[in-house]
Amino acid sequence: MNNYKDTPELSARMHSPLMERIVELKENFYAEAGKYDYAPKDLADAMDNFDRVLELTGSVCDEVIAPNAESVDREGSHCSGGRVQYSQGTAQNLKVMHQAGLSGFGLPRQYGGLNMPVTVFSAVCEMISRADASFQNVWGLQSCADTINEFGSPEQKEKYLKMASNGATMSMDLTEPDAGSDLQSVMLKATEDVENGCWRLNGVKRFITNGDSDIHLVLARSEEGTTDGRGLSLFIYDKRNGGVNVRRIEDKMGIHGSPTCELVFNNARAELCGDRRLGLIKYVMALMNGARLGIATQSVGIQDAAWREAVAYAAERRQFGRNIDTFPAVYQMLAVMKAKIEASRSLLYETSRYVDIYKSLDAISKTRTLTPEERQESKRYSRLADALTPISKGMTSEFANQNAYDCIQIHGGSGFMRDYACERLYRDARITSIYEGTTQLQVVAALRYVTSGVYSQYVKDMLATLPDSESKTAISAMVEKLDAMTAHVLDQKDTEVNDFCGRRLMESAAYCVMSTLLLRDSIETPDLFDKSLKVFLDYSRSQVEGHYSVVMSWTPESMEYYK
Amino acid sequence: MTVQNAPFCQIPQKVKGSIIRIFATPMEKFNIIVLAKQVPDTRQVGKDAMNADGTINRAALPAVFNPEDLNALEQALAIKDRFPGSTVTMLTMGPERAKEIVMEGVYRGADGGYLLTDRLFAGADTLATSYALSTAIRKIGKFDIIIGGRQAIDGDTAQVGPQVAEKLGLNQITYVEEILDMDSKSVTVKRVITGGVETVKAPLPCLLTVNGSAAPCRPRNARLLMGRKNYDVPAWTVADVNADPAKCGLSGSPTKVKKIENIVFQAKESKRYGADEKEIAALIEELATNHIIG
Repeated sequence: MNNYKDTPELSARMHSPLMERIVELKENFYAEAGKYDYAPKDLADAMDNFDRVLELTGSVCDEVIAPNAESVDREGSHCSGGRVQYSQGTAQNLKVMHQAGLSGFGLPRQYGGLNMPVTVFSAVCEMISRADASFQNVWGLQSCADTINEFGSPEQKEKYLKMASNGATMSMDLTEPDAGSDLQSVMLKATEDVENGCWRLNGVKRFITNGDSDIHLVLARSEEGTTDGRGLSLFIYDKRNGGVNVRRIEDKMGIHGSPTCELVFNNARAELCGDRRLGLIKYVMALMNGARLGIATQSVGIQDAAWREAVAYAAERRQFGRNIDTFPAVYQMLAVMKAKIEASRSLLYETSRYVDIYKSLDAISKTRTLTPEERQESKRYSRLADALTPISKGMTSEFANQNAYDCIQIHGGSGFMRDYACERLYRDARITSIYEGTTQLQVVAALRYVTSGVYSQYVKDMLATLPDSESKTAISAMVEKLDAMTAHVLDQKDTEVNDFCGRRLMESAAYCVMSTLLLRDSIETPDLFDKSLKVFLDYSRSQVEGHYSVVMSWTPESMEYYK
Repeated sequence: MTVQNAPFCQIPQKVKGSIIRIFATPMEKFNIIVLAKQVPDTRQVGKDAMNADGTINRAALPAVFNPEDLNALEQALAIKDRFPGSTVTMLTMGPERAKEIVMEGVYRGADGGYLLTDRLFAGADTLATSYALSTAIRKIGKFDIIIGGRQAIDGDTAQVGPQVAEKLGLNQITYVEEILDMDSKSVTVKRVITGGVETVKAPLPCLLTVNGSAAPCRPRNARLLMGRKNYDVPAWTVADVNADPAKCGLSGSPTKVKKIENIVFQAKESKRYGADEKEIAALIEELATNHIIG
């Protein structure tokens, strides 16, 4: 078995028509062919490379990471003397992933990276998460290096990107005891040390995933006397310089392999990354979008793992003289779980592709002036990626929780015991809808695209390119309801009403977008996706119609019952 | 199996307690040949694993890199890591698809390799196989150390490595678990023996066979999977390695399989002993007679 080879639904997502454009941009029109033996010379060569790397990852997941998952969960990480020790399994996973050459995954080849597109990175993260969601945090955080690649100085890139390609682990130190969702309140103090040509960091960070990593990106207050986001800058801390200790690690409900640290900065030497004052408003925003997509990959991996556990159990468990997967109540649940996975993948990989296009164009724009068409293209995909990221993160993480819940339900009483993987999946899933912005914050981020009609127009534009079908008609009907709900809410001219109805609007928009993308994937590969499309449409319709009936009868007075 | 070349072996003085690994200064470079075999994965035996005549149904089992040859490859790659500039050359014999074994080695860090393939090589027992391999090694020419797995999971003979050493007149160390030290003249290894390990030093060039308890092989590497995918594995025939066709394949194989039997242990073959002293004494005597204990 191999986590990639046994998932044709995943490889199908790698063969989107958009890949041709993604690869030529990411490869800067194959400028490095011949310069590096592993740089592709054309699209077919690149696609073959992706397939090889994904197959390799699949075998590492199957042979090393998945078998370690249970012991990693039981053992967890340890903290002593200010340092974190990974569980044995996590340490082995890291070693093998590095030996497999998968460090520096998206980084340019000149810094030792593999120069892989985000779309392929997402697939790798999904597979790792299916094998062990907690390991995705430790390994996936290497994508913090992208922020240094985008905004760091040439010297910083030379130093830190090469370290990352050599297997250095990373973390992003944002949260503080009094600054969680509200990062503008970050207080960790950064003081310029002119004499030594560096900055000094003092204060405390909390809930830092993989907080004893080799390279930290730290959000800190560099402008004395400020209290908002405009006084914050981003810093790079190299663990070898010392000055940051782990005070404790959290005793968590799930993802035990991923150490969650409380960090004490004691005059820690650090470098400024990019410009002062842009820490939160520019760099962390970019970092967070990447991190949110990362959680979407983790969520899809958990969804898939939960579905497989449920399918396997239901096929073996006999009650009333039959395998339980022959009962409508059970096979219906299994089908809905699968449909959620496929709808999630359609959205996740489409979002990843948009990110690839605009980020690659950004990278090219640093070497030459973009043509007006390219600028237009970059703007379009950047906007779409921004719009799709919050619904990707929001919906996939909620689905991960739902699939983990249903997985236990299908296991019955056995699922409540620690003998089966489903209870670990249930605990691991729970954090996905909380960290890197709760679902409620994803709603806030998505709402402006609902009210400005971006999702609705996006769906209509895409439907216009697809042949007529019952499914298309069903989606069109859902979009009409979305438009009507949006108009009704906007008519109230009250921002509290907007926020109050936000979750219902965001979900309705997401069902329209996900159904449309799954319809398109199903037209390309009907064998794989047709059933899931039909099931997801049933599920989406029931959800959207439910939201519609409630939202349309709402007035500002309705909110009073909830207070 | 015992140490074949005992007169050449030296046991280092300090073997008690932890072994302090003092490697040679990394100025040395070694040419290493790894012997590897593509085998049916007998760990995945299903109902149709055997043919009616008692031979292995190779079509029903996936072809894999023989597990202990992977342990051997890891030892070779570790030498290359330690002594940059060293080379690792894969050598295998089999049908055309056995090129996969060379590629697997290349994707893990080997520099290249050769496939011995020819209808005249087919049907070889361990004697003919070791002859063929030794001719190929002579053709490769330059080497300091040859490393192979202890045995293949299809035949389980553990004979090919030692026979290759004999044919080439080399020292050999079997059951190797770890290479502890190397310099331009010798290699020191830890080898597994019943009830423990021993440390053995042998002059170079020599041949090692590696035990399954040695370090597992590193995975394939992404950069190599992409960068070396077009490596064209050279294939050698009997004529290419100047081998005597009479000593190759079936005609060079004195081993004749008479019969293969499927042994099923049954409860009726068991003996029962009571709990009194006499019965226990009889049990102990029986076990001692069969060399199960004592």
